[in-house]
Amino acid sequence: MLEIRNISKTFNAGTINEKCALRDVSLTLNDGDFVTVIGGNGAGKSTLLNAIAGTWLVDEGSIEIDGINITKLPEHKRARYIGRVFQDPMMGTAATMQIEENLALAKRRGKKRTLKVGITPAEREEYKKVLKTLDLGLEDRLTAKVGLLSGGQRQALTLLMAALQKPKLLLLDEHTAALDPKTAAKVLATTEKIVTRDHLTTVMITHNMRDAIAHGNRLIMMYEGQIVVDISGEEKKNLTVEYLLQLFEKASGQALASDRMLLS
Amino acid sequence: MTSFLNALPGALSQGLIWGIMAIGLYITYRLLDIADLTVDGSFCTGGAVCVMLILGGCNVWVALLVALLAGMVAGLVTGVLHTACGIPAILAGILTQLALWSGNLAIMGMRANQSLNVNKYQLLVSMRYLSDVAKGKQPFYLYPIFTVAMATIIIIAILYWFFGTELGSSLRATGANQNMARAQGINTSMNKVLGLMISNGLVALSGALLTQYQGFADINMGRGAIVIGLAAVIIGEVVFGKLFKNFALKLLAVSIGAMIYYVVIQAVISFSGINSNYLKLLSAVIVALFLSVPYWKNKWFAKPVKKGGAHHA
Repeated sequence: MLEIRNISKTFNAGTINEKCALRDVSLTLNDGDFVTVIGGNGAGKSTLLNAIAGTWLVDEGSIEIDGINITKLPEHKRARYIGRVFQDPMMGTAATMQIEENLALAKRRGKKRTLKVGITPAEREEYKKVLKTLDLGLEDRLTAKVGLLSGGQRQALTLLMAALQKPKLLLLDEHTAALDPKTAAKVLATTEKIVTRDHLTTVMITHNMRDAIAHGNRLIMMYEGQIVVDISGEEKKNLTVEYLLQLFEKASGQALASDRMLLS
Repeated sequence: MTSFLNALPGALSQGLIWGIMAIGLYITYRLLDIADLTVDGSFCTGGAVCVMLILGGCNVWVALLVALLAGMVAGLVTGVLHTACGIPAILAGILTQLALWSGNLAIMGMRANQSLNVNKYQLLVSMRYLSDVAKGKQPFYLYPIFTVAMATIIIIAILYWFFGTELGSSLRATGANQNMARAQGINTSMNKVLGLMISNGLVALSGALLTQYQGFADINMGRGAIVIGLAAVIIGEVVFGKLFKNFALKLLAVSIGAMIYYVVIQAVISFSGINSNYLKLLSAVIVALFLSVPYWKNKWFAKPVKKGGAHHA
């Protein structure tokens, strides 16, 4: 499904701010895998997701989705295969456009945009149905501007948009981090529902160890631009926070110092 | 007072013509969030192309069409400089505008102005038709206010249709949120180029109409065009912002904004007897004030708002 081979990325190479964000990372995902990614600040989690999404090109290595080499493809062309939800709720939707307009844009992800009408009446009915599954009352507010929605509503909408045109790969970059705990739990439940329903291959970054353990069938931990822990199957099911911490210490040779991860 | 009333139809006609330019500017300034300085050059390009073609015996409609296309080429240049060469949009516009100074002179046969005799050529709009129609020498539909109003309505209708299509929506998304647009597979660079082309095409068309209206094209005719366009956009929003929510009505507000601007300028000239050389200073001050108001309002009079609003989900 997803085949990452030996990718590396260095930012600001040759300057005093040089930062090697990914070191020779390889990762293979199977169809339907739901991987959670954890790691401290600057471990390379978001860098890995951005490398897959094509925010910039990697320095070395190759990335394939379903046998298609996307290493050199620009971001908007990869979007055909990839659905994304960002950490910042403002980033995934167009605030000045209506809910239905946002959905219509997502519906055409990976398709050629023509001079046909932007939203057909049949689509509106479909959007009402899918919005209803969110249980946020958005199905009655199709023409409301997205800027009027709360952060949680916007993330839920972004999730829906990412899955509307079924992606080969769903990338979630700490998409609940900016939300309060109650809303975060709700969005996470929606995530689980959509991923299971559509059988989506998913990579989800989280800073919450409990969430990382509770969701998905595989867990990877990153440290200094490398994958240091990779757990799946039965081992993943029986994971505990304590065991995860031990694994991290063994892999990195130091205690996990991120308060954010421990406290949440 | 009589001088003002006599000048009113002329002011309205000019306002309507500049309104088309302002609608073009609205596309870049409001929809794409780019302050495009190309317009100061492409406005004159439209006029120059139009005047030379008509002098060369070309049909007025063909002349207008070629003027529109010439403006689109100017927008294409700015767009490519911005997206493919990574030059900040404002600087890309300034570069094209500067280059167009020479380009426009070249189009006009290296002369700073070229005039069109309304007696010799059949034009679409002309200052002369204001009195000619009143005297019954020309049919009513050549009355400039009527002609340009029709043109404006057609342009608004086409833009309304276009921005409702899949492509047009993706262009609006590009201006609203580039990250989101790219994540949804939208080629944001291409859309910016397209937006700049449409915008400058309209600006050049407006320049071509003004050239016919006043009977000449001048190398300085586009100077400060962006300020007049912005004035129209802002006046339109201030006056009709609460009333007009529909996209077509918003474009109409821009056109009316341009008319208000010209009527106000005419009033200032008629009543105060100010030296018309001060008008550009006056325009700049007015636009600067209107642009500052929203900022000051936010800074000094904003009510504390809860951040994010995530708690209501």
